[in-house]
Amino acid sequence: MYINLDSVPWHAAAGGLMIGAAVTLLLLFNGRIAGVSGIVGGLYRMQQGDISWRVAFILGLVLSAVIWKFFFVLPEIAIETNYTMLALAGLLVGYGTRLGSGCTSGHGVCGISRRSPRSIAATTVFMLAGFMTVYLIRHVFTF
Amino acid sequence: MVNFMALLSGVVFGLGIIFSGMVNPAIVLAFLDITGNWDSSLLWVMGSAVAAGSIAFALAKKRKHSYLGSSMQIPAVTKIDSPLLLGSLVFGVGWGIAGICPGPAVVLAGTGSIDALVFLTAMLLGMGIYQNAQGRR
Repeated sequence: MYINLDSVPWHAAAGGLMIGAAVTLLLLFNGRIAGVSGIVGGLYRMQQGDISWRVAFILGLVLSAVIWKFFFVLPEIAIETNYTMLALAGLLVGYGTRLGSGCTSGHGVCGISRRSPRSIAATTVFMLAGFMTVYLIRHVFTF
Repeated sequence: MVNFMALLSGVVFGLGIIFSGMVNPAIVLAFLDITGNWDSSLLWVMGSAVAAGSIAFALAKKRKHSYLGSSMQIPAVTKIDSPLLLGSLVFGVGWGIAGICPGPAVVLAGTGSIDALVFLTAMLLGMGIYQNAQGRR
């Protein structure tokens, strides 16, 4: 197989390694899966002793943007979706990830890392649904 | 210490999301747009994250407790059932609409983006609706 090295998005690969490092930290030190929807969604159970680490992780995610902004300039962020569609997308993502027990991090990264058949199935389904949705929005119902 | 490690993991995770470019929904949507001007970035992010994660889970498999003494909470369920598939389908549709999934949603909110706050608020509401439906069962 031939890979043109110029076409490799090194930033993406390096950023992925950082995400992998974060997964490793939470797993080996805390025994937890770094799945963002699961960590956030678990807060709704309000179980004593199971709240603070979740809040700390979420705070870390928020802080990462603040830390980045302190040292560097944020990369370009382009959101062209309007508020109505953003709200609809958020509802679907929130409900769907809880019903399906995971998102891109929990199933896509952690699940595939541990070769979980459930996560491989879930990742296949949400990827295909994503492809289909973008196809319909960008190439079929272009209004 | 457990809370500090969770905070550190969150920070590193978020920095990875920013550095990889996944904080920008346009790049995620370009990955999902397979018949358009396709951008392979997301595949590289997942590939290298899984490569590193695979080592971590191989190490974790041999352990009963984490380095900090907590139990290893790795899901034991193996059955591929309809909630898993239906939920993933619903999630994928939402992901395809905005190009935002839960991790980047929280990081984006940290950048102060109003768009992200709209998405995040709706996402938290969606999770609440699920939890409410669960509670009444």
